[in-house]
Amino acid sequence: MADRILEVRGLKKRFPARAGLFGRPRGWVKAVDGVDFAIHAGETLGLIGESGCGKTTTSKLILLQEPPTEGSIMFQGRDITGLAGAALMAYRRAVQVVFQDPFSSLSPRMRVEDIIAEPLEIHTDLERAAIRQRVAAVLELVGLPSDVAPLFPHEFSGGQRQRVAIARALATDTKLIVLDEPVSALDVSVRAQIINQLEHLQRTLGVSYLFIGHDLATVAHISHRIAVMYLGKIVEHADSDALCARPMHPYTKALFEAALPSHPDDRHAATAVAGEVPSAMNVPSGCRFHPRCPATMPICSQVEPVLQPRDGGGEVACHLY
Amino acid sequence: MRLAPPMSIRSRREAPLAAVVILAALVLVAIFADLLAPHDPTLPVPGANVFDPPFWMEGGSTAAPLGTDFQARDILSRLIYGTRVSLIVGLMGTLVAGAIGTLMGILSGYIGGWVDQVIMRVTDAWLALPAIVFAIFLAAMIGPSMWNIIVILGAVYWTRYARVIRGEVLTLREREFVKLAEIAGASKLRIIKRHILPNVANTAMVLASLTVGVVIIAEASLSFLGVGVPPPQPAWGLMLSEARPTLLAGQWWLTVFPGVCILLIVLATQLFGDWLRVKLDPQQRNL
Repeated sequence: MADRILEVRGLKKRFPARAGLFGRPRGWVKAVDGVDFAIHAGETLGLIGESGCGKTTTSKLILLQEPPTEGSIMFQGRDITGLAGAALMAYRRAVQVVFQDPFSSLSPRMRVEDIIAEPLEIHTDLERAAIRQRVAAVLELVGLPSDVAPLFPHEFSGGQRQRVAIARALATDTKLIVLDEPVSALDVSVRAQIINQLEHLQRTLGVSYLFIGHDLATVAHISHRIAVMYLGKIVEHADSDALCARPMHPYTKALFEAALPSHPDDRHAATAVAGEVPSAMNVPSGCRFHPRCPATMPICSQVEPVLQPRDGGGEVACHLY
Repeated sequence: MRLAPPMSIRSRREAPLAAVVILAALVLVAIFADLLAPHDPTLPVPGANVFDPPFWMEGGSTAAPLGTDFQARDILSRLIYGTRVSLIVGLMGTLVAGAIGTLMGILSGYIGGWVDQVIMRVTDAWLALPAIVFAIFLAAMIGPSMWNIIVILGAVYWTRYARVIRGEVLTLREREFVKLAEIAGASKLRIIKRHILPNVANTAMVLASLTVGVVIIAEASLSFLGVGVPPPQPAWGLMLSEARPTLLAGQWWLTVFPGVCILLIVLATQLFGDWLRVKLDPQQRNL
């Protein structure tokens, strides 16, 4: 496969849980607890899981919003944890993000052209006219007419705003965009348009995506490969087609069962997984999914399963296989 | 049945006419003081006695329509020129306080850490001192003059800005568009200039409009206490101070007229500030 643009190895992030003002940490929240994955050039990796499973923390680590506790993040073969100066700026230029809520991620007091131009102003010494041209070009790339440039964000609909956010992410010669639930806040009718637009952009520009989501249908549609996260760990990952054709980990199966059937007459399988995700402060012993697993065995509460190759490519961490 | 919105809310959405008229009149008076004042405010009115009453009272004359003071100076002219002092000190003092306070609030809120600790502890200490006593102390140190008073009042009243602006910045820096700018590699200075400052401008404006009145009162108090604008420059607080010995002698026009002027200007700025606060506050605006 093509070269790896981003490779994450043994990534861990712990947050101290403190009691009181000067209290010693009474425990650690293991938000991300040893995660490995790689994203290739021009590829989309889908990261899926329930709320609180560590997907957003993972994205924060990659975006250098938080320092990792352990592990390495390699971007184009170079560890980016602890980067500074010009190397950091080069990374900031190549990696952008699109957040979930297009109403809070665009400054209400800036015009769209200024919002999109910001990364260009930071990273290039282009003149105003050249920046304008570039802004117009990326606006057209994301399917907006270039004459919307002088408008303010509140003059747009949610879908249009998200297009503006994508345009901004593409303004510099971006290599990787972290899409943090980019369509979760949008109407269903608009979601498909944005997803198709993202796929189209990837085909024309060769940009890579890390697509974070909890909606299986959306993630499965856009991603080439999918990693399923549960309580800070990846429990299964495989090519999108293989995973959809044969989900193996009971948690992955549960996610598929929880998704709506594609036809209203199809029978909706009874939800196999009950309860909530346990706290990341008190991770269950053995397999962290065993208290909710429909196929739990005695070994599951004692030995933590490791990722092993699964049928159809990819890996799964489960004692069933 | 449709209910009309309550009167109090509806009227709050319109500019306070009285306040705007008073402020506009005072600004015009200050600008055209030279044309409006019948006499030189620092020299006795020719042919008038000391303590002449207003023209409608017995012994008054239209040469000094609101009477004369203990040096036979025209009170009306002194009031007219005094408007300049009050407005200049009120606006410039607020500007100085706003500039220092907004800068400190932004540094404190955005940079955080020990910078935040130092600025906030200084603010606490500042607020613990009674404002007027502190101002008298500073005035005694650097000497009385109108421009010194401006600097002093700026240095005394910046803390309220710092506190409020810091709070705004603390919520702003967690907003996604600020995160987005950080991820794009924007420097702290750039984020402050492009994202923080424009979003605290409204708050700073409202605070300013509410501070003007306080600063004007403080200037009048300092002048009254003799550490403000030095005589013979006409300032309302100074006029009150000079009239104090004769207050019980029945020469009420020496104190009532400057007092009413101070009342009007402070009332007008406060009403205007209150209206601005409601207008710029999105939660109250759409009522």
